[in-house]
Amino acid sequence: MADNILEVNTINTFIGQFHILEGVSVTVPKGSITVLLGRNGAGKTTTLKSIMGITPPRTGTILFDGKSVVGKRPYTIAKLGIGYVPEHRAIFKALSVRENLEIAERNKGELERKVDFIFELFPDLKRLYALPGGKLSGGQQQMLAIARALVPDNRLLLIDEPSEGLAPVIIEQLMHAIRVLADKTTVLLVEQNFRMASKLADRYVVIEEGCSVHTGDMSNLVTDAALIQRYLGVA
Amino acid sequence: MNKTFLVIGAVAVGLFLFGLSNANGDLGSFGITIMSGLFQAMLLFLVASGLSIVFGLMDVLNFAQGSFFMIGAYVAYAVHHSPQLIAAIPNADIRFIIALLSAVFVGGVLGVFFERALLRPLYARPIFQIVMTFGVALVIGELIKVVWTPTPYSWTAMFTARSGFFTLFEQQFSTYRLFVIGAGFLLIIGIGLLLQRTRIGIIIRAGVEDSQMVEALGINVRAVFTLVFTLGCAVAALGGAVAAPFLGASTGLANQFLLSAIAIVVLGGLGSYGGTAIASILVGVSVAVIQDWSASPGVNAPVWASLTPMILLVLILLIRPSGLFGKEN
Ligand SMILES: Nc1ncnc2c1ncn2[C@@H]1O[C@H](COP(=O)(O)OP(=O)(O)OP(=O)(O)O)[C@@H](O)[C@H]1O
Ligand SMILES: [Mg+2]
Repeated sequence: MADNILEVNTINTFIGQFHILEGVSVTVPKGSITVLLGRNGAGKTTTLKSIMGITPPRTGTILFDGKSVVGKRPYTIAKLGIGYVPEHRAIFKALSVRENLEIAERNKGELERKVDFIFELFPDLKRLYALPGGKLSGGQQQMLAIARALVPDNRLLLIDEPSEGLAPVIIEQLMHAIRVLADKTTVLLVEQNFRMASKLADRYVVIEEGCSVHTGDMSNLVTDAALIQRYLGVA
Repeated sequence: MNKTFLVIGAVAVGLFLFGLSNANGDLGSFGITIMSGLFQAMLLFLVASGLSIVFGLMDVLNFAQGSFFMIGAYVAYAVHHSPQLIAAIPNADIRFIIALLSAVFVGGVLGVFFERALLRPLYARPIFQIVMTFGVALVIGELIKVVWTPTPYSWTAMFTARSGFFTLFEQQFSTYRLFVIGAGFLLIIGIGLLLQRTRIGIIIRAGVEDSQMVEALGINVRAVFTLVFTLGCAVAALGGAVAAPFLGASTGLANQFLLSAIAIVVLGGLGSYGGTAIASILVGVSVAVIQDWSASPGVNAPVWASLTPMILLVLILLIRPSGLFGKEN
């Protein structure tokens, strides 16, 4: 049990009167990269939001490090040690790069301790430190969004479609960064780009129409063309 | 951006020339007009700043913001003129400071209650929140009539700054107005620095963009909402208290200041603090200049003064559809 940092067990999540998640289970072993796969609208983002308490599940359990987080407010859940990198690079455009990082501090001095590591991972950010986030390119914004989650000592990172709409060189850079991060923490990734997902992840969970339908080791999935075709529509 | 400053410059130059010609080139009476305009601008800013920041951060258009201004005026009036307090503290200056603090305190306490008890349960239903603020404005208006009767009060107990004057260009200027204008500018800069330089300021600016993301970073956004809403109510009440020595206390204050403040928030550009500050000054001075002109014997149509904020709003929106400093689209 203690080997899993996160255990999501058959959650059902509603948005308004829409039943979006109808039984999603995800287990994330400590120190791993686990990827959520699935087509557009399958419920991957909603799964992450349910974990964060943004769209809390109506039934089912979510254990973070063995403790239930269902019903807690998002800021409380975040403070337990979860960093959230939402889809579409939700950085604060009016804030400078520095302020985008500062706001993520949960204790004074965290940014100062982490800033060298962050600049090493994403050298661009150093040069752009004083610029407003809105002036950054898409790839730079994604780097900032990930960097923001690295400021506090998070034990789990939820990263939603980091490669979305980015050029291959940038994607390579992000993959490298996520791999470095996985050495220190645990990552739950949503990724439609199967090449990226398959190179990074240790484990996968397929979500289809609000249900988790398949899970296993990534090494088994990459060799199973039929399964890939069936669940993801890519070969 | 350049177009924005061009528009501001054009309005400023227009007001300057129009005001000066209306005063027949007499710097003294022109100066009085500008000063009363800036005084008005500061009062408007005290209502509009809260309205603007609360709307940006919480998506709540607080129709009761003007009512808090009115409460401030009544509380300051009542405290300053209370026979018991006059007997206990004969010094009118100290009494006025107590009156200001009382107004801020009452505004703040009512503000906390308003946000916590009445708005918080409704964050999932924005329409109901607007209806709620509207209802609160009506209730405050009725309660004031019950407590203080509908008859307006005019300020009678003078204090040093209120009765003081200084002479410039052979005209007498009110010390109190100058004092309020100075303090108003300091407050504009102070709140601006707070927003730019402090952690809570960063959180507020980020929250204006995406409060859900701020919360997901581990920040208790609801607590920030309560703080900001309360400060907005307290600052509006301070505005009423500061206005009372000139405007007295009356039930008409709430709507008069609410409508102008809404015009200012839209004119400055939604979500822009600097825009709200500049728009307050433009509207305040425009109203004073038009008031002078419309009251002159040849014109004699005072209604133009009360229409000024809306006319200015329409003119500027024609050129800048999202307000002076609003984001495009
Ligand atoms: N606020 C909402 N109101 C109604 N339905 C919603 C809302 N948000 C999401 N949905 C629906 O829930 C389903 C799952 O959405 P979700 O964003 O979790 O999918 P996803 O797997 O992340 O898809 P994508 O790959 O496009 O990001 C979709 O069918 C979507 O239309
Ligand atoms: Mg998604």
